[in-house]
Amino acid sequence: MVSLFDHKVSELHQLLHKKEITVTDLVSESYKRIGEVEDKVQAFLTLDEEKAREAAKRMDGKIGTDEAKGLLFGMPIGVKDNIVTKGLRTTSASKILENFDPIYDATAASKLHNAETITIGKLNMDEFAMGSSNENSGFQVTRNPWNLERVPGGSSGGSAASVAAGEVLFSLGSDTGGSIRQPASYCGVVGLKPTYGRVSRFGLIAFASSLDQIGPITRTVEDNAYLLQAISGVDPMDSTSANVEVPSYAESLTGDVKGLRIAVPKEYLAEGVNEEVRQSVLDALKVLEKLGATWEEVSLPHSKYALATYYLLSSSEASANLARFDGVRYGYRTADPENLIDLYKKTRAEGFGDEVKRRIMLGTFALSSGYYDAYYKKAQKVRTLIKQDFENVFEKYDVIIGPTAPTPAFKIGENTSDPLTMYANDILTIPVNLAGVPGISVPCGFADGLPLGLQIIGKHFDESTVYRVAHAFEQATEFHKQKPGL
Amino acid sequence: MSRISIDQVKHVAHLARLAMTEEEAVAYTEQLDKMISFAELLNELDTDHVEPTSHVLDMKNVLREDKANKGLPQEEVLKNAPEHQDGYIKVPSIIE
Repeated sequence: MVSLFDHKVSELHQLLHKKEITVTDLVSESYKRIGEVEDKVQAFLTLDEEKAREAAKRMDGKIGTDEAKGLLFGMPIGVKDNIVTKGLRTTSASKILENFDPIYDATAASKLHNAETITIGKLNMDEFAMGSSNENSGFQVTRNPWNLERVPGGSSGGSAASVAAGEVLFSLGSDTGGSIRQPASYCGVVGLKPTYGRVSRFGLIAFASSLDQIGPITRTVEDNAYLLQAISGVDPMDSTSANVEVPSYAESLTGDVKGLRIAVPKEYLAEGVNEEVRQSVLDALKVLEKLGATWEEVSLPHSKYALATYYLLSSSEASANLARFDGVRYGYRTADPENLIDLYKKTRAEGFGDEVKRRIMLGTFALSSGYYDAYYKKAQKVRTLIKQDFENVFEKYDVIIGPTAPTPAFKIGENTSDPLTMYANDILTIPVNLAGVPGISVPCGFADGLPLGLQIIGKHFDESTVYRVAHAFEQATEFHKQKPGL
Repeated sequence: MSRISIDQVKHVAHLARLAMTEEEAVAYTEQLDKMISFAELLNELDTDHVEPTSHVLDMKNVLREDKANKGLPQEEVLKNAPEHQDGYIKVPSIIE
């Protein structure tokens, strides 16, 4: 089916300025498609239709003036529900925040306002971003638009599914251990986790503060670059945002990868990686070779320790971050507490889902007296070794390439019985967060009608090279042009 | 041998301020035990001379000018509080 969202941002921008379409058309396209497919996909937790249509009307009056010059002007976007949006319910897909009405905007959200995108609604996720399938949402399970029996991935499952289903032009997600890249891979769209510190985390409901990053999910690499451009930069409200110059990402989309040195970690194509996934990566490397790049096998020797390191560190940080949900200042509160401690305990027991509680328990244990050195500090030390693996490889290579996920999207309910099996889906994305480097997933094939993703990993703050390679690959292939037959 | 006892699980639940039934405590003991055994994979590595990484970027002492900014209005701040009265957030009494 033909959709306005088959066009890239740059093309829609032209159409707006030639007055061939209006902002109202773009917003209507979103809500029309949501009306058609949302009961199947279930990507949204909250819609903001009235305000979006009002904004569109107001903005249509500006077309042709200088105020409408921004490239993202009037473009419909979906926002993951852990990014706070003033006056628009934000739940992080948790019952504990079911009726939370934010009183300020996240920096990424206010940057979207400055760029004059239009927020269509808030997108489903695993509760507090803890999960790889959206099955941990406190409210609903989002479906994969390519096959409604399959998960969309997670935690930014709603963000990826809504873009793949054509409900929005693009979306924002967040990525702590793969939460943008893995759902992008499962849903056949483009998702980038920026370098840690590239995008402000102010107003991103914190899961693991040393790993979390907000990033864009789009149909094309070019749109991804434009959306990252809009949300990047140092922010006085987030002291971990980096004061590093933000280059023009669109300028890096040259199509030229001649002389590019690619490293392919043998650990990323090892046992546990599905055969079709492995083949799709080898085919992708051939495409890049034809374009003039070279590749060699390398080793990231500490890869097998990344999963355990990640679960200790992210759960520890989560146990501290989620202490704020205590039923006092905002959110759910238990009905008849006996005293203050009882209020905290019952509120949290009733408000949090199972996976969130499990991680709070693990994190609290790892940080508790007598265990801190053996678990938390040990994991921090192994993190150093994992980070050094990347530094060593990047001394000789420009990018690292491998699969995004070891398999295509799995069936709903398939991995819910054992948390450790579920965690294994993130084995190829987690090391990237631990090292703090940027990584993208771009469509690179299909297995049984389900999309596969190619992961391209770059040096700190070198999103430009990541985009250059992703774009060259995308332009040389046809995978991104396919759409789910919803 | 189990790496964590049910009493330890109950203690951790108290530290984490999570109410827990006896049944849940049994289930968590088993699950946490599995996760902790998995985490002990890290003991294969000698990290005696490795510095811990708490943050990937080389950043320290991020300061700003010591200037007061306007805060949020009280009404707004109390908007999401489950219970409030006279501009205060209300909780069960903590002093007899």
